[in-house]
Amino acid sequence: MTEQAPSSLADTEDEFDHSPRSQWRDVWDQFKSHKGALFGGGFFILIIIGVLIGPLVWSIEATFIDIRARNQGMSLAHPFGTDQLGRDMLARMIAGGRVSLAVGFAAMLLALLLGTLIGVLAGFYKRLDGILMRLTDLFLSLPLLPLLLVMVMLFRQPLSNVFGPETGIFILIVLAIGLTSWMPTARIVRGDVLALKEREFILAARSIGTSNKGLMRRHIIPNVMSPIMVSATLGIANAIITESALSFLGLGFPPDFPTWGRILFDATDYLQQYPSRVLWPGLAISLTVLGVNYLGDGLRDALDPRIRGR
Amino acid sequence: MLTYTLRRIITSIPTLLFIALAIFLLLELAPGDPMAQVPLTVPPEVKEKMRLALGLGEPGYIRFWKWLVQFFWVEPLNLIDWAFSTNFADGKLRVISWQTRSPVMDIVVQRMPQTLWVVGMSYIVGILIAIPIGIYSAYRQYSVFDQVGTFVTMVGYSIPPFFSGVLVIVIFSIHLGWFPSIYDTTHQVNDWDSFVIQLKQMIMPVMVLALQTTAQISRFMRASMLDNLNQDYVRTARAKGLGEKIVVLSHVLRNSLIPVVTVIALGVPAIFGGAIITEQVFKVNGIGQLLITAIQANDLPMVQTLTFIFAILIVSFNLIADLLYGILDPRIRYD
Repeated sequence: MTEQAPSSLADTEDEFDHSPRSQWRDVWDQFKSHKGALFGGGFFILIIIGVLIGPLVWSIEATFIDIRARNQGMSLAHPFGTDQLGRDMLARMIAGGRVSLAVGFAAMLLALLLGTLIGVLAGFYKRLDGILMRLTDLFLSLPLLPLLLVMVMLFRQPLSNVFGPETGIFILIVLAIGLTSWMPTARIVRGDVLALKEREFILAARSIGTSNKGLMRRHIIPNVMSPIMVSATLGIANAIITESALSFLGLGFPPDFPTWGRILFDATDYLQQYPSRVLWPGLAISLTVLGVNYLGDGLRDALDPRIRGR
Repeated sequence: MLTYTLRRIITSIPTLLFIALAIFLLLELAPGDPMAQVPLTVPPEVKEKMRLALGLGEPGYIRFWKWLVQFFWVEPLNLIDWAFSTNFADGKLRVISWQTRSPVMDIVVQRMPQTLWVVGMSYIVGILIAIPIGIYSAYRQYSVFDQVGTFVTMVGYSIPPFFSGVLVIVIFSIHLGWFPSIYDTTHQVNDWDSFVIQLKQMIMPVMVLALQTTAQISRFMRASMLDNLNQDYVRTARAKGLGEKIVVLSHVLRNSLIPVVTVIALGVPAIFGGAIITEQVFKVNGIGQLLITAIQANDLPMVQTLTFIFAILIVSFNLIADLLYGILDPRIRYD
């Protein structure tokens, strides 16, 4: 696409520089042209920075109870108001965002690891293909939300006893979401690996004596990175929504430990009197998921060489 | 086609059995105690007898076998008895809920109509909205309508039902006071006024669930229409002088509906799962609410049976989707 009409300032400077363009430069150029993806990605990064450095800027503790200042509306001292116990909503939103995003990232990483492992193994080894794909089909026919609810309900007490209430439930929810959402990744990766395996460069690599392990590490996995990245973004969105749904059904984190879903759940009890309190956590969840979904959309377009450069 | 159908039905039996076993083992491994709610003043030997009365004295594999027999043999017999007023199932033990001590299936049958009304209606409404949007967005690709439609479906895709539900309650029932925020299942429809009340209380849960359906299906519809609009047969149809209406609505639409119909079939179980949350928001006492209360009360037979019913729904609708694809698309031959 460099040979075609240069579209931006950066391209005109490139005219005299004949060094080859990297693939990631092309990807970035395509990604830039998708306005929704830019906004979505930007918003997502903003949220991440906000929850990471938020506690440094906003020094009120999320669990600090100021019973005299309960149920306040928006003010300078409490920009998002306070809840029924006088806890600052902004501080709770920041703390809740940390947990929700941490659950999202951790569950997504677990699901990706599992999905990629199973997908690559199924695509690469013909012997394993049948049984692994049967397993994937089986997992796809499980009723996931009911099972998640059952898992969280039944295992929360023993895990809390071992790891403490917060870490225990964090581990439980990440495991539960990760173990129930790896199947789409595995299917996509398997399909791509099956196609890649027949390509000449794999044959060439094999003919110079590359071991199976080396083939997978050096040649297969780098080439299936783009579908993996797209399912990573979708995985984050899915994990954030699932965690909030569990918290909303009262089966997530304990009450004094805020997450976006939990804050929303607590606020619904005061829906009649203080309807605006539902808005902040709900908006945070929806906008984050919307941003991540747009990011995934843009990434899919940018990483697809058939669309890129058109 | 017939052999394929038979083969699929036969292979789905071990899948279902395996799922039943997985659910059973999950509940078995779980350390929850069904006696936890019993007061501490009850002496341990009485507790032991109560445990035996719940059927917990036997080893796991016997209880699993008993559950299988009850679910696959005694419950269908009861259904036959009820339908033809015979008495095959007399004296046979059914799956009993630990909460209410009544047969699980009777409670499920009581709760089913509410769920079916809300979920079924929302799915139909969602599809009816989604298909025209998908057709028009694809026909006028990149127009303002398409951009707005894509944005709205993206938003509908991203807003979880527990937020959109609460949001519509805040707007329409607290601020405007148009609709009730709680679904009254005891309401009887017998004249026009009560019908209007029923309609009013159904609008919000139906629209919240329909938003999700619309978002998914209109995206599929648009993609499928776009695939077909650039095909050669469309150019042929235009070249021989057919009007745009006939080209789009009878040539392109019929071909693009094939994948969409299978997606609609595949989405039915998922919408039942989504109803768990929506029922909680609007306090509808349907299947989802039954599952949540059963989980919280540690009512293992109820949880096992309900989860398995969800699994049956998923497996059978997967089968239906595959068969529909074969019936609708003559290019696909399974034999």
